[in-house]
Amino acid sequence: MLLLSFAVLALVVRNYSALGYDLGGWAPPLGLRLRADGISAAMMVMTGLILCLVGLSARPEFQSSETGGETRKTLVFWALFLGVASALNLVFLAQDLFNLFVALELLTFAAVPLVSLDGRAKTLSAALRYLLFALAGSVLYLLGVVLIYANYAALDLGTLHGLIRNEAATSIAVALMIAGLMAKTAVFPLHIWLPPAHSGAPAPASAILSALVIKAPFFIILRLWFDMLPMNSTTAAGLLAGAGSASILFCSVLALRQSRLKLMIAYSTVAQVGYLFLVFPLLGADGLAPWGSIAWSGSILQLMSHAFAKAAMFVAAGLIVEALGHDRIDDLAGAGKAAPLSVLAFAIAGLSLMGLPPSGGFVAKVMLLSGAVSVGEWWIAVTILVGGVLAAAYVFRVVGKTTASPGADVPNLMILPRSREIIPLILALCAVAIGFIPLQPLDFLDIGRSVAGVGP
Amino acid sequence: MSPALLFGLCAAALIGIGLFGLIVQPDPLRKLLSFNLIGAGVFLLFGVAGKRGAAVGFSSDPVPQALVITGIVVAFSASALAVALLVRLSEAPDRADEDDEI
Repeated sequence: MLLLSFAVLALVVRNYSALGYDLGGWAPPLGLRLRADGISAAMMVMTGLILCLVGLSARPEFQSSETGGETRKTLVFWALFLGVASALNLVFLAQDLFNLFVALELLTFAAVPLVSLDGRAKTLSAALRYLLFALAGSVLYLLGVVLIYANYAALDLGTLHGLIRNEAATSIAVALMIAGLMAKTAVFPLHIWLPPAHSGAPAPASAILSALVIKAPFFIILRLWFDMLPMNSTTAAGLLAGAGSASILFCSVLALRQSRLKLMIAYSTVAQVGYLFLVFPLLGADGLAPWGSIAWSGSILQLMSHAFAKAAMFVAAGLIVEALGHDRIDDLAGAGKAAPLSVLAFAIAGLSLMGLPPSGGFVAKVMLLSGAVSVGEWWIAVTILVGGVLAAAYVFRVVGKTTASPGADVPNLMILPRSREIIPLILALCAVAIGFIPLQPLDFLDIGRSVAGVGP
Repeated sequence: MSPALLFGLCAAALIGIGLFGLIVQPDPLRKLLSFNLIGAGVFLLFGVAGKRGAAVGFSSDPVPQALVITGIVVAFSASALAVALLVRLSEAPDRADEDDEI
């Protein structure tokens, strides 16, 4: 699958245009169309890389035993793992509103049971809460889809782009769809399902959920906003960015106050997702095409670097938990000795979350910042800076504790094999590698953008 | 009052009741039922969209019918998953020392 996604990337780059595929040979408006443009290809490669690495890290925990054969837990984990993979790829490729709905539901059904694999009451209720939020989100999205269909009798994004008019019914439909998707992305104030769900899941599952699954609804919001709607309302953009800033500030502070490592990382996910929503008011205001501006590239890079960094953090946290037997932040002393590479990976991933060079988070945040300054949105610039300081505070709190020398009453530490600790390090280094991308709007992400309105 | 308008209003009422229940009811089972009410409203709306879109001369527009079948299947499996979780939750031992373990 990774090879396939690289092949799509190579084709898209070589032809410098989007790849299209009509399912069953039926072209829209009757048939469904899959289409890979610049961002889709980039997302697919990111997904493929992260899933491969996280899958490797999950092998020891979910291996089928030599004697007893496959247990229920391992079977279910790998089946759901592949379900998440296929649903994510469908989200990145689908061009049809209803097809996107089906992809989202597939993703939900694969992601929710991952939360409650261990079957404890706490994780079961976290999974139930996640499911109810996700269902409410998707039913709102579906309501929006009906309203759009009733108005325009079309579901294909390219076709709709030419048809859509600026009127009340459209605004209501789109507002419903975006509200539903925001509940699934876990933006403040709709985030309360995320921390219990993501912190209760087994570490490899949390890594997938935090790094990839919540990015899919955001990707659909981007698709709706830029591919379907010709008009951009500044009030709505301001509201989205407001929700994003509230997530950054509020959940960073909450992350700082957590006493459990995995809960802290989960709150930091909500905060980092907030950055993605800052992009909406920064685009189009300076007269350029939205995807030509620096904030657009910054937001996509933020998405990708957060995905790698957060996957690294959760896998590293899982190993630290395994080494120490608990994840109370106050008692982490000695983790640096038991799992040095995991702590290193955690720290490197933390650099990216804070936005310090050299890391993907640095480049992404500088791009967003310069975008904010160039259109004169000062409050967004301030939020980005404050968010970085808060992230630094909560990452350093953990790193400081882990590297402290353990006292006399150290519990029995388990030394982990280095081969397992390499994996989060590779993920963290991927996040750093994104930092070597030059500081300018990336042409690559524009591939296929300009023809989006024209249709197939 | 045309049938389409009547059904449209019914759908709106169902969605309203469901949304109210989803927000107000604390019990997960009631929330799930509310979700199903919203779902029923949305599916009715699909029917209305199909009837209204029949201006081209067909007796009704077939596309929403195809969509609504998929929608119902999805909503059904969602409810099944939620009920399964609820059953497991009620069977799971409710331990007080939950916070001390990982």
